[in-house]
Amino acid sequence: MSYLNEEIVVLNREVKDVDEAIRQSGELLEKKELVTKEYIDAMVNSYHENGPYFVIAPGIAIAHARPEDGVKVSSVSLLQLNTPIEFGHEQNDPVSLVFGLAATSDESHLENIQRLVSLLGDKENVEMLKHAKDYDDIKEIVGGE
Amino acid sequence: MKKILTVCGVGQGTSLILKMTVESVLTEMGERADVENTDVSSAKSMSADIVILSQDLARTLGDHEAEMVVVNNYFDKDEVKSALEGKF
Repeated sequence: MSYLNEEIVVLNREVKDVDEAIRQSGELLEKKELVTKEYIDAMVNSYHENGPYFVIAPGIAIAHARPEDGVKVSSVSLLQLNTPIEFGHEQNDPVSLVFGLAATSDESHLENIQRLVSLLGDKENVEMLKHAKDYDDIKEIVGGE
Repeated sequence: MKKILTVCGVGQGTSLILKMTVESVLTEMGERADVENTDVSSAKSMSADIVILSQDLARTLGDHEAEMVVVNNYFDKDEVKSALEGKF
């Protein structure tokens, strides 16, 4: 599995719209062969079909599709946006942290989700993630692998 | 034992996050419940006592026999706790 390691975390990125933000969080996973190209399309399609429900906390989106859409390895990436963008969520816009999630049906996915819940359940961690300039700033709280 | 559904659009990612938050809140509250995560279309035909989801998904789900509990922040244990208080 792969979880928020330096190769799949990008900070200070500018994007033009939501599709591009989702796509880039997926491309981080695709480049490391953790998901297929089709999975990235499925992530974007899910947003168009199901709406912005995955903006599940103020400023935080968890972009994902289904395991069968092309997940190779259970993994989590992060795209931090320099300029937060509107996903169309009533309460939690604008979004500055876009996590790309690739779920599998095994234990490694549960473990990734558990780590994400304890990371983002702490508001201080969320602030650090939103304002980090360099991976070293968040290395410790993230514990990437 | 009460049955709780946590819901998202796909059923594998954010609903699982909410399930974990709900389970840890229940432990803190000293309550027990059967918590299951699912996607919004499956949730329509599932029976439960409480359905926890976002405002957005509550509209998609529409009428449900269960009591609907809306939360904004799926990671926020305090918010989930106050939303669940008095439901047991």
